[in-house]
Amino acid sequence: MDDDRLVIAGEELGSRLIMGTGGAPSMSVLRAALAASGTALTTVAMRRVDPSARGSVLDVLSECGIRVLPNTAGCFTAGEAVLTAKLAREALGTSWVKLEVIADERTLLPDPIELVEAAEQLVADGFVVLPYTNDDPVLARRLEQIGCAAVMPLGSPIGSGLGIRNPHNIELIVERAGVPVILDAGLGTASDAALAMELGCDAVLLATAVTRARHPERMAAAMRHAVEAGRLARLAGRIPKRRYAQASSPFEGLATS
Amino acid sequence: MNQLKRHRARESGTTGLRGRLERAADRHDLIRIMPAKGARMEIVIVGAGVIGLATAWRAAAGGAAVTLVDPEPASGASAVAAGMLTPVSELTYGEEPLLRLGLASRERYGAFVAELEDLTGLGTGYRTDGIIEVAFDADDLGHLDDLRRFQESLGIPVEALTGRECRRAEPMLAPGVRGGLLAPEDGSIDPRRLTPALLAAGERTGVRLVRRRAAGLLVERDAAVGVRLDDGTELRADRVLLAAGPWSGDLDGLPSGTVPPVRPVKGQVIRLRARTPFIARSTRGIVKGSSVYLVPRADGEVVVGATQEELGFDTRVTAGGLWELLRDARELLPGITELEFAEVSAGLRPGSPDNAPVMGPTALPGLYVGTGHFRNGVLLTPVSADILAATLLDAPVPDVAAPFAPDRFSPEVTS
Repeated sequence: MDDDRLVIAGEELGSRLIMGTGGAPSMSVLRAALAASGTALTTVAMRRVDPSARGSVLDVLSECGIRVLPNTAGCFTAGEAVLTAKLAREALGTSWVKLEVIADERTLLPDPIELVEAAEQLVADGFVVLPYTNDDPVLARRLEQIGCAAVMPLGSPIGSGLGIRNPHNIELIVERAGVPVILDAGLGTASDAALAMELGCDAVLLATAVTRARHPERMAAAMRHAVEAGRLARLAGRIPKRRYAQASSPFEGLATS
Repeated sequence: MNQLKRHRARESGTTGLRGRLERAADRHDLIRIMPAKGARMEIVIVGAGVIGLATAWRAAAGGAAVTLVDPEPASGASAVAAGMLTPVSELTYGEEPLLRLGLASRERYGAFVAELEDLTGLGTGYRTDGIIEVAFDADDLGHLDDLRRFQESLGIPVEALTGRECRRAEPMLAPGVRGGLLAPEDGSIDPRRLTPALLAAGERTGVRLVRRRAAGLLVERDAAVGVRLDDGTELRADRVLLAAGPWSGDLDGLPSGTVPPVRPVKGQVIRLRARTPFIARSTRGIVKGSSVYLVPRADGEVVVGATQEELGFDTRVTAGGLWELLRDARELLPGITELEFAEVSAGLRPGSPDNAPVMGPTALPGLYVGTGHFRNGVLLTPVSADILAATLLDAPVPDVAAPFAPDRFSPEVTS
């Protein structure tokens, strides 16, 4: 089991649970939740932090030894997203970016056309691009072909807690992907995270399910275990489903033994 | 300057402080620096926002000689805040001690305001006509129901309203409003009238106001003994209270880690003006997942707030901030577009790691903090002033203060 490692753009990450920070009620709660999640990589909305400010979420991450993944949350055009990514690279010294280009505020669904445009520009500029995308196998493949380092299909809309609405599409994405698939957005509880991993995703990214839970620290621990359990189940291989029962201990020889 | 000169002259008579410190150190229990027997306790308070002002007044009323240091009193978050007094509708899971502190403060408000208005003859715009909180869509109503169940589980009286009941209470609400809650005991106050009243009360009680910036902390023999102003003047004191919001940790000479991290959290607020009464009481709304509130004043002002932004010491007003506030306010109360635009401002709330205030003695003898009040500074003013004044004067401190001691963020706890 020890050789089961998550590698993105040639870099190994110590956890398959990637966390977001949005919605945390306080820095103390966020810190405790991140520690309980065991995460090694956490996204921060660059439009909502000042990298030079003290006591910010970036300070919390650096004190916890968690790598920062800047994201372009709040951008509606490729132009804004590219600019935000560049500012993040300058401020944080990382070329990794979670690329988010949102189509509208009500659904927060990705705008696929702007997303592809922004991804092309950022890849050409040397970024390690992790795009937040629809659960569309064709779009996921296109993003990979452009040169994205991973693809991050949604389970359902951001913050909705609706879980994975189209598991079949996620399976199709996983089947064809040559880069890591990270299930991003919509997870509500631990079983959703476990399902993502059982479907073959390489990692899970979540925020709201933890930060807006009644007990964020507990939910973070639950997610950590769920991701580990789901990954193990995927590697172990589930049994085929049968129509009728099959006794787990053999009947043969019972009478004579 | 005359004031400062007088102050220096007076301070030169307190040379016995070092001797007192040494005697205290000899007793191996240098936890608190005591003034010489019979002498008045000398206190310097850095920061004249609502917390510093109210504490100065209370400590002076309790017999201390109080000097309040601020280049521009009541110019920070206190000047921007809307002044909602609502321990109930801001309730968050895991923050029950803060709720108890808020309830304790709300209970004190009536007497606090009566005493203040009596002493100064100034009004504060205090009102106790309840706060209505409404949900814009079905998701928002789900969130509000969750909040109501949580409130009820803590024994707080809240009244659930249907959408139509909400609109009977506040006819300007949008027809589509799904439902709401009435917190009948909540209310509001006008911080821009509260702070002048607190300044006047301090003046009448003998608080000396020094309109300069405190640049450094004076530390001698491992104890705080006063502050140095930006013009080099030294103000000596038995005790120093830092109540300068997110700037509380900014003094030169402050040993690192003494003051818990308090960060600025920006809030943009819009002030509108209505010619005829627009809403009867403070109205909060959850609109497609985001929060907005409107606080009416008797003179027709309507305060719309507030953004919550983690952008360091930035007080720029932005197009996006204003747009979000007006967008949500208009969804909730379509008629708002007819009101006159009066003002827009941004302030910095002091946010501690757990969003709760930090009040009490620090590890450095003689140094106290009173900050971190975040979104609740105005609400928490009466109880904070009582807690901080009692702490500074060695009087019994209300039990409700216990969870808010500064040492909860000491390195042993957080690492």
